[in-house]
Amino acid sequence: MPGKLIQYFNCRILWKHKLIREDLWVRDGKIQNPRKLFFDECVMPDQRIDCGNHILAPGYIDLQLNGAFEFDFSSNLTGIEEGLKKVSYGLLQYGVTSYCPTIVTSPASVYKQILPKIKRKNGSLAGAGILGLHLEGPFISIEKRGAHPPDHIIGLNGFNTVLETYGSLDNVAIVTIAPEVDHAGEVIKKLREREIVVSLGHSTANLQQSEKAVCEGATLITHLFNAMLPFHHRDPGIVGLLTSSEIPDNQQIFYGMIADGIHTNPAALRIAHRAHPKGLILVTDAISAMGLSPGVRKLGQQLIRIHDHAAYLDGTNTLAGSIATMPHCVRHFHEATGCSIEEALEAATLHPAQCLGIEKQKGTLDYDSDADFILLDDELYVLATFIAGDCAYDPYSIAPTNCC
Amino acid sequence: MRLVILDDVDKVSTWAAKYIRNKILAFNPGPDKYFVLGLPTGSTPMGTYKKLIEFYKSGVLSFKYVKTFNMDEYVGLPRDHPESYHSFMFDYLFKHIDIDPKNVHILDGNAENLVAECNAFEKKISEAGGVNLFVGGIGPDGHIAFNEPGSSLVSRTRVKTLAQDTILANARFFDNDLSKVPTQALTVGVGTVMDAQEVMILITGAHKAYALHKAIEGGVSHMWTVSAFQQHPKSIFICDENATLELKVKTVKYFKGLMELHNKLVEDTDPGAEERKRNELQSST
Repeated sequence: MPGKLIQYFNCRILWKHKLIREDLWVRDGKIQNPRKLFFDECVMPDQRIDCGNHILAPGYIDLQLNGAFEFDFSSNLTGIEEGLKKVSYGLLQYGVTSYCPTIVTSPASVYKQILPKIKRKNGSLAGAGILGLHLEGPFISIEKRGAHPPDHIIGLNGFNTVLETYGSLDNVAIVTIAPEVDHAGEVIKKLREREIVVSLGHSTANLQQSEKAVCEGATLITHLFNAMLPFHHRDPGIVGLLTSSEIPDNQQIFYGMIADGIHTNPAALRIAHRAHPKGLILVTDAISAMGLSPGVRKLGQQLIRIHDHAAYLDGTNTLAGSIATMPHCVRHFHEATGCSIEEALEAATLHPAQCLGIEKQKGTLDYDSDADFILLDDELYVLATFIAGDCAYDPYSIAPTNCC
Repeated sequence: MRLVILDDVDKVSTWAAKYIRNKILAFNPGPDKYFVLGLPTGSTPMGTYKKLIEFYKSGVLSFKYVKTFNMDEYVGLPRDHPESYHSFMFDYLFKHIDIDPKNVHILDGNAENLVAECNAFEKKISEAGGVNLFVGGIGPDGHIAFNEPGSSLVSRTRVKTLAQDTILANARFFDNDLSKVPTQALTVGVGTVMDAQEVMILITGAHKAYALHKAIEGGVSHMWTVSAFQQHPKSIFICDENATLELKVKTVKYFKGLMELHNKLVEDTDPGAEERKRNELQSST
């Protein structure tokens, strides 16, 4: 027995790279082909919801999130279940309907404690879905470690090291690795065979090494420009992958960008976008201070001052990490690059879904995909979030109460 | 036969929509009494549909007890193709109004047995009690539905091969690639439309002026199939000024002189007014 059919009307939906005036039909948590319903099933919508002429886009997907609402995926070893719940639920207000919890470089014992507890999970009214873990490290460059603890960065003796370090790869979606590390090529191939996305980052790789890694199966670059060699015209390094002619024809390179206006200069953002717009993925790379109100908070062992979209070590001007929210990144990207609204939205929806190979289920409003979507005003502020067809966040009461 | 001449396309759309609205309201349809409406596709009726949607949205008009029969559909074009008439009707009318999909009838150009599909369509029209009002547009060659020049004026619903002119004109909807344009269609016959209680034909634009001339000033001819409706007991042609360019001044003046009368047909009606008046009379006696 099919469930309730809802027609969302009076909206502009993101459809095949364009915002078009069209309605959206949802039933049983999936986006429906209305012509099939009308002409084959001869059914009418059970409910029609006026979207107030707002933009209706797929829910945001964040491939790199270290924590939020005071919970850190890498260091909070107890209360993981509650922590995940809190983060997943909190993300709904930012229009994020699925994400990859990200674990920074950690000792093997920590991976073995955390990894089994963070499982892939469908989104629901309880919170955003979990697409699998993003393991950022520990097979990275000491030199380009950024904020990762140097003591736990290790080398590779082959794929065995990966298994021994992480324990299990069951819940892993993305691994960030430095391609210049010995045996990286073999590991990239093996990860790819297991349908795990390999991302290049925290690395001193030159372009040749990067291209080799891409040929071996790497498809993503972790926070472009950050924690890699700066662009040089004789050796553009990992950045050079954006315009490399050595990328195999059947492969597409994606790259994460922290477009919070702080971690990447707008000019650099524009360079990347203009060089390779179809590969740009907005990531927040946010830390556990994300989602907290301004002021001084204790996070782990550190005092953090949150002020104006940034988190500083208290008493200094040192950035403690990103606290950007996805809607903020989308808006900043749109303003800074002058890209179309469609492009800005796809960088947080279609592109991350394509990168994970889940674009048939998420990241678009295509028929039969998951009904994870958001309503936005023309300034791209999130007005409401729907997940699996249910209204999960609706502060302006756009959806009638019996729907939400 | 009546001819209504209006200034421009917009006014034609509005006038036609108001006429349809008033017909449905006057019919007072209900669960045991459906209003049966024949519908065309194409650029001409688009504005009329838009107006009908407005009437629905403002609460004046409901399609709950309306059955529709569409004139035609391409053969072999996937139903969900953006140029299919299923898509057209869904996008420009049905998805916006309260019509029950069970009451919508469009020929299936992908049916295994096309002849059976056409015969079944005729049967469904009869079972619905015939069409109360059939709305149509015409092509520059005077065709109504896909009844191309030379079609029998007593034809019924059937498979038709499209005229080369029509295929060429349609190419613009199919990436200007003639190989992609459907060459056959299922269409109601001229006879099918003639059986309707009332027929409304919309004609706009200078490029259809000659067709309008042939439709109403020429004799009845199977080379201008729309001319058949001169002999319909209740037909109304609605056109804009541009479409009158080939008409005799005498014809235009005569029909324009009747506009005051014709405009009474589209006055905004208050559906409850008569009932209220009856009630008033009853209570006063």
